[in-house]
Amino acid sequence: MAVVFQRTAGLTDAETHYCPGCTHGIVHRLVGEVLVELGVLDRAIAVIPVGCATLAYDYFNCDVQQAAHGRAPAVATGIRRVLPDRVVFAYQGDGDLASIGTAEIVHAAHRSENITVIFINNAIYGMTGGQMAPTTLVGQKTTTSPLGRDPRLAGEPIRIAEMLAQIPGASFVERVACDSPPHVKAAKRVIRRAFETQLAGEGFALVEVLSTCPTNWGLEPVDALAWVRDHMIPYYPLGNLRDPKKDAAARGGVRPEE
Amino acid sequence: MAKGRVAFDRDLCKGCGLCVSVCPEHMLELDTATINRKGYHPAHVVEGREDDCIGCALCAVMCPDQVITVEKF
Repeated sequence: MAVVFQRTAGLTDAETHYCPGCTHGIVHRLVGEVLVELGVLDRAIAVIPVGCATLAYDYFNCDVQQAAHGRAPAVATGIRRVLPDRVVFAYQGDGDLASIGTAEIVHAAHRSENITVIFINNAIYGMTGGQMAPTTLVGQKTTTSPLGRDPRLAGEPIRIAEMLAQIPGASFVERVACDSPPHVKAAKRVIRRAFETQLAGEGFALVEVLSTCPTNWGLEPVDALAWVRDHMIPYYPLGNLRDPKKDAAARGGVRPEE
Repeated sequence: MAKGRVAFDRDLCKGCGLCVSVCPEHMLELDTATINRKGYHPAHVVEGREDDCIGCALCAVMCPDQVITVEKF
């Protein structure tokens, strides 16, 4: 008899405030498990956003700094440069990273800061009550797009992973999803790879995780997983866009010295 | 003879049902006869199906709240 699954030491015993079925809990657990498996939990520092995940300082079992809205990559940059022996990651939602924080994430990637970014894309603003986000799908109804997102007014949904993958300094960029057990297991491997990129000093790594918001989508948690599969993944295709193993040559090997 | 065993920390469960939806043995359900400390119907093993668990841990992989511990024999 062997225990094949139990609570990870990477998270505290605190009960999360997330709504039932919210996949923030799954991603928190994956990050915690990866930090434990890589043996870096005791020197990890999380930088958390404004949004639902703001209260994650209670959940990650490591040091945590909460940043101003959208500024997590800038704060993580400072921490990583001052404490180069630490493993620093930013954990941000789409309202945080893809809207008010677009400048910070673009320039952190451009500088190829040696940080890891976990980007939760659930196509809506969660904490503030379900407003349209830059990632909201065309036709998707939110409290600020009650007739569905109109691309003539709000533009097309922004594909952050593809956008950042154009930047030479973005060493590792991949999009994963939380809609099924195989995708969750794959997501963990990718998150691990993103942290390994940082540990190897190979520069900026970002994992975009397609996630759910059952409450603001107005769906049952199980139906929300199906919505990710049927609507989000076709617009936000899964897969690796940048990997230092594959394209060190494309970057020319140039990045700031540690 | 059961190949695995699942244990639920029922007071942590928010009754989202993600575990129920992915169990390949269809041996989990929300216990509508119970309301836990958080006010939800917690997930549990269907009565009499305990021995059907294969220890795959898919339920625990999808659980957002780390409610489930899985053992495999």
